[in-house]
Amino acid sequence: MSAVLDHPGHHTDDHDHGHPHGWRRWLFATNHKDIGTMYLLFSFAMFIAGGIMALVIRAELFQPGLQFVNPELFNQLTTMHGLIMVFGAIMPAFVGFANWMIPLQIGAADMAFARMNNLSFWLLVPAAAMLLSSFLLPGGAPATGWTLYAPLTLQMGPSMDAGIFAMHIMGASSIMGSINIIVTVLNMRAPGMTLMKMPLFSWTWLITAFLLIAVMPVLAGAITMTLTDRHFGTSFFNPAGGGDPVMYQHIFWFFGHPEVYIMILPAFGIVSAIIPAFARKRLFGYTSMVYATSSIAVLSFIVWAHHMFTSGMPVTGQLFFMYATMLIAVPTGVKIFNWIATMWKGSMTFETPMLFAIGFIFVFTMGGFTGLILAMAPIDIQLHDTYYVVAHFHYVLVAGSLYAMFAGYYYWSPKWTGVMYSETRGKIHFWGSLIFFNVTFFPMHFLGLAGMPRRYADYPMQFTDFNAIASVGAFGFGLMQVYFFAFVVWPAMRGQGAPAPQKPWEAAEGLEWEVPSPAPWHTFETPPKLDVTATRVIG
Amino acid sequence: MKTMKMTLEMTSALRHRLGAAALGLGVMLSCGLAHAVNNLPGGPAVNQIDLHPPVTKIAEQQQWLHNVMLVVCLLIFIAVFGVMFYSILRHRKSLGHKPANFHESVAVEIAWTIVPFVIVIGMGAMATRTVVAMKDTSNADLTIKATGQQWKWGYEYLKGEGEGVGFYSTLDVTQRQMSDSGKLVATDNYLLKVDNPLVVPVDRKVRIITTAGDVIHAFAVPSLGVQQDAIPGFVRDTWFRAEKVGDYYGQCAKLCGKEHAYMPIHVKVVSQADYTKWADGKKKELLAAADDPTKEWKLEELLARGEQVYKGNCAACHQASGKGAGPIKPLDGAAVVLDADHTKQIMVLLNGQNNGAMPSWKALSDTEIAAVITYTKNNWSNKTGQAVQPSEVVAARK
Repeated sequence: MSAVLDHPGHHTDDHDHGHPHGWRRWLFATNHKDIGTMYLLFSFAMFIAGGIMALVIRAELFQPGLQFVNPELFNQLTTMHGLIMVFGAIMPAFVGFANWMIPLQIGAADMAFARMNNLSFWLLVPAAAMLLSSFLLPGGAPATGWTLYAPLTLQMGPSMDAGIFAMHIMGASSIMGSINIIVTVLNMRAPGMTLMKMPLFSWTWLITAFLLIAVMPVLAGAITMTLTDRHFGTSFFNPAGGGDPVMYQHIFWFFGHPEVYIMILPAFGIVSAIIPAFARKRLFGYTSMVYATSSIAVLSFIVWAHHMFTSGMPVTGQLFFMYATMLIAVPTGVKIFNWIATMWKGSMTFETPMLFAIGFIFVFTMGGFTGLILAMAPIDIQLHDTYYVVAHFHYVLVAGSLYAMFAGYYYWSPKWTGVMYSETRGKIHFWGSLIFFNVTFFPMHFLGLAGMPRRYADYPMQFTDFNAIASVGAFGFGLMQVYFFAFVVWPAMRGQGAPAPQKPWEAAEGLEWEVPSPAPWHTFETPPKLDVTATRVIG
Repeated sequence: MKTMKMTLEMTSALRHRLGAAALGLGVMLSCGLAHAVNNLPGGPAVNQIDLHPPVTKIAEQQQWLHNVMLVVCLLIFIAVFGVMFYSILRHRKSLGHKPANFHESVAVEIAWTIVPFVIVIGMGAMATRTVVAMKDTSNADLTIKATGQQWKWGYEYLKGEGEGVGFYSTLDVTQRQMSDSGKLVATDNYLLKVDNPLVVPVDRKVRIITTAGDVIHAFAVPSLGVQQDAIPGFVRDTWFRAEKVGDYYGQCAKLCGKEHAYMPIHVKVVSQADYTKWADGKKKELLAAADDPTKEWKLEELLARGEQVYKGNCAACHQASGKGAGPIKPLDGAAVVLDADHTKQIMVLLNGQNNGAMPSWKALSDTEIAAVITYTKNNWSNKTGQAVQPSEVVAARK
C-alpha cells in the first residue's frame, strides 16, 4: 500500500506543496483526476446542449409542415447538433475517461504534461462558447451540416468564421491531449507494466491518440482553406475561381473517417474491461484485441471515399473503397467474437455496467450490419444521404460510444466518487435508454429505405408515422439522460449513497482497484511494484 | 379516398398524436395525417419499409443486393447473438455456473478472421458487376443535362430526340406555402409536385449529366436507382433505362441551403410515340418564344426580361441586392455598369473577367444579355436610364 499512497499516515490534502482550494483548484488544475472530472462535466453539459437541439429538430419533424422553426434555423440546428455532439460531447468525454483512468491503470502519478493538460481542457470552454454563441451572429449559426461542405460554406455569414475558429481551438486541444496521452502511456508506466500487459482501455486510447494526431491537422487544413476561400481570395474549393468542391470532401473525410474510429476505439477499451469483470473470466484474446484495434486504425485511413460514392468517382475508385470498407468488418468482428467468447462459460452477473456493455455489443453490432450494407456501393446509391445513414451512425455513436461511456461511468464512478450508485436507478436508466433509443432510431431505417433524405425540414406525408414515432422516442431518450444526471450523477457528486469499497466488483482487474475509493488526490507518487500479471500492487 | 381531403389543425393534430402515442405505437400507426394520405405510385408509399419498386435493371439489382445482405446479416445476427444470449441465460452466477478458465487460442482467432474475410469478399464480389454497370454511361440514346440551382432543377436536352429543349423545374408554389403555414391538407404528392417534369421515353438509355450553378446538389430518383451529386464547375454523369411508363419522384439529396427540402425531381416516363409528340411540341414552343435579335426593345420590356435573367443567372453570386458578397464584386454603383459606353459591360459578360471568377455568359442569347445589362444599369441606385439593344450585343460578338 505504501506505493499507492505516497506518505502513509499523512492525509494527501496536506501534502507539502499543498493544493489550491475553491476556484483556483479548477482553473489552475494540474491534477489528472480534477481535469478528468472537468472534462466529463463539460462534455455532459455539451451533451445536454446538443440534445436540446436534437429535440427541437425532432419536434419539428413530428409531423409534416413547418410548425416550430423555419428551414434556415432547422439547418443551423442539424449542423450544430452534429458539431457539438462530435467535438463537444463524445471526444472530450473520452478524454475525461483517459485523464481519470490511464494514470491509474498504468501506475503513473499523473499525466506527463500536467500544465498542458490544464490548457487542453480550458481551451475547450471558450471554443464551445464561441461555437454556441454563433447562433447570435447575423445570419445565425453555420447551416452547412457538420461536414461543412464547400461551396455552401462560402455562402455562410460570420458564424462560419466563428465556427472555424472554434474548431481550430478544439483541434489544438485534442492534439495536446493526444500528445499527453501518448507520452504518458509510453514513458510513465510502472515497472513491470509492459505494453502487452497494459489494460485495453489504455491500449485503445494510445492508438486513438495517434489517430488524432494524424488527422486533426488535416481537418484544420480543410477549414483553413475554407477560411481563405471566404476572405482572402483563394479558390481551393470555389468553382468560380477554378477550385474543386470535391477536393474538400476528400480532405474532410480523410479526417472524418479516422474520426469515426477515434470516437469508438476507446469505447472498445471500456467494454473490454467490463465484460471480463462481470463474466468473472479472463478476456478471451487480449493479444488479438490489440492487433484488431491496430488494424482498424490502419484501415481507417484507406476507406474515406465511401462517404462519397455519389460524388461521381471512377469505377475503380468505387470498387477499391467498397472492398476496403468491407474489410473493416473483419477486425471489428474479431472484437465482438472475443467479447462473446469471454462471456461464454463465465459466471455472469448483470450489474448496470455489464448491462450497458451487453447493450453496447448488441446495438453497436446492428449499426455494424447497416454499415456493411451502406458499404455496398450500389446499395449506397439508394441510401446515401437518407435517414438510413442517420440511423446507421446513431446506432454506432449513441448506442456505441455513448453506451460504452455509460458503462464506464457505472463501472468506475465508485472509484471516482467513493459512493456506489443505486443499482435500481442504473437499471431504470439502462432499460429506458435502450428502449427509447430503438424507438427513436429503428424507424429511421425504414424512412431511409423509402427514400426520405436527411437534413430535411419538411417531408412528404407518407413518412409521417415513422417520424412521429422517432420524435416520441427522442423525447423519451432525452428524459432518461436528465434522469441519469439528476438521480445518478448528482447524488454521487454530493456523496450520497453507500460508501464504495476499494474494489466494488468481485472479478475486476487492474491497478485502479489497488487504490482506495474515492481515489485520493495523489496516487502512485512513487512507482508501485507490480506482480507478474501487472494487475496487483505487491509493495 | 383520393378525393377525400382532410384539414388538420396543427394543435388538434398534436393532441391527437400525443394521445395516440400514449395509447401505444401500434394504435398510432392507424390514425393521423398518414391515414388520409395515399401511396404515391413512383414516389413513397405510406409507411413504406423497403426500397421503392424498381423500374430499371440497376434498381432491381440494388434491391436484390439489399435483400441478400439482409438475409446474410440476419443469419450472422442469429448465429452471433444466439450464442451470446444462450450464454447470458445459462452462464450466470445466479444459476451457480462456475467460470471456466480458457483463453487465447490462435486457431480460433484465425478461424474467426478468415471466415468473415471470405464473407465480406463474397459480398463485394456480388456487388462488383452492378458497380461496373452503374458507371457505364456509354451509348446513350438521349443525353440530358440536369443543373441544380438554389433551389430548382434546370434540364437541357443535349443529344438525341428533343435536342435543344430546355426548361426549369420548380416545386409547386402552393405546396411550398402549405409547408410554411404548418397547416396541412392531406396531399399524396406533397413536396413532390413540380411545374415541368423531366420527360423521357421508355426503354431508352437516358444519360443524365449533372452540374450545378451555385452549391452541390444531388439528382436522386429511387425508383430509377440513380443518385448523382451535381457539382458546380464540374460535370458528372449517371444513367437509367426506365422499363415502365409512369411518374417517378425524387428529391435533392445533398444539403444545398435553406430550401433544400423544396427542390423535388419528377421524371415522367412516356411511350416513344408520346415522347416524340412532346418533344416536337416543346421545340415549336421554344421556336415561337425565341427572340429576333434585330428587334428594337422598349426600356420597360428590357427591364422586365432582364430581371428574370438576373434572378436566374446572376443573383446567386451578385445577390438580389446587387451588392455582391465576399470576393464577388458589387454591381450596384460599379463604374463599368454606370459607364455610358455599353460595350465595356457587354465585353465583361461575353468574355468573363478576373480569370473566370466572373465566368463568360456568351451562351446567353443576345436579347438576354442586352436585357440583363439594361436591368443592372437601371436598378438599385443605378439610375442611368440607358437601354442596351440586342443589336449592340450582336455587334460586340463580332
